[in-house]
Amino acid sequence: MVPLTHYLTLGAIMFFIGVWGVLTRRNAVIILLSIELMFNAVNITVVAFSRFLGQYTGQIFAIFVITVAAAEATIGLAIVIALYRGRDSLNVDEINLLKW
Amino acid sequence: MELLFFYIFAGVALLSAVLVVTNKNVLHAALFLILTFFCVAAIYILLRAEFLAAVQVLLYVGAIMALFIFTILLINVMQAQFLRQFHGQRPLAGILVVALLAETLYLLLGDVRGNFPLLQDRPPETAGKAGLEVLAHLLLTDYLLLFEVASVLLLAALIGAVVLARGDLPSVDRR
Repeated sequence: MVPLTHYLTLGAIMFFIGVWGVLTRRNAVIILLSIELMFNAVNITVVAFSRFLGQYTGQIFAIFVITVAAAEATIGLAIVIALYRGRDSLNVDEINLLKW
Repeated sequence: MELLFFYIFAGVALLSAVLVVTNKNVLHAALFLILTFFCVAAIYILLRAEFLAAVQVLLYVGAIMALFIFTILLINVMQAQFLRQFHGQRPLAGILVVALLAETLYLLLGDVRGNFPLLQDRPPETAGKAGLEVLAHLLLTDYLLLFEVASVLLLAALIGAVVLARGDLPSVDRR
């Protein structure tokens, strides 16, 4: 029997590894990969709560999170392809047209 | 026994997650992310969410990561590993992440009983088939609207991806 706190700790650490990736990496594809990591961490937390509360709503939420993650990955990668076609670079600190 | 498996899978998941965000090579990062997803699927099985584990492997590993790897191979990012990988805000981001992680863990684990009074110490054992039945019933009754909205969202994502990634078509001569 694994206690709930273990799952919560795992989810929190994994989420913040993803946050660190989003904040520090320059490559746009790796930023998208880190976002997927964060989605998974949230799913672990939600499913763990669903199990320890004894109801299935959390699993439904996890399914919808996966659906939204699929849509997000599709659009994100399409934007990456469009960016690469337009600027020959995926470094997010060079894409600063809208930066004040 | 279950605890041992949890530590193995959680350890591998966290290790490969760190390798995802620190790897120079984008393709290797994507492959390490696949390893993380497999470990997360194993953790779903420990949580008795067998359907979600199957969805995780089929959808994340089979579809989303295949899409990522195709994109990585399509755009020539292999030379990107010789560039600088991190930008200047790294120390600030490190401080922020550590502080937020400490805060989250404190809030989640400081007073679990008090924060979540409905939690059960021993979660009820559910048979796999019964769980799947309940899940399907919930999805098509209580959450039917959400289900339909998700299908519209996927359609919008499909059209958006085609429009964004298509680029400029050669103009058709209409004479």
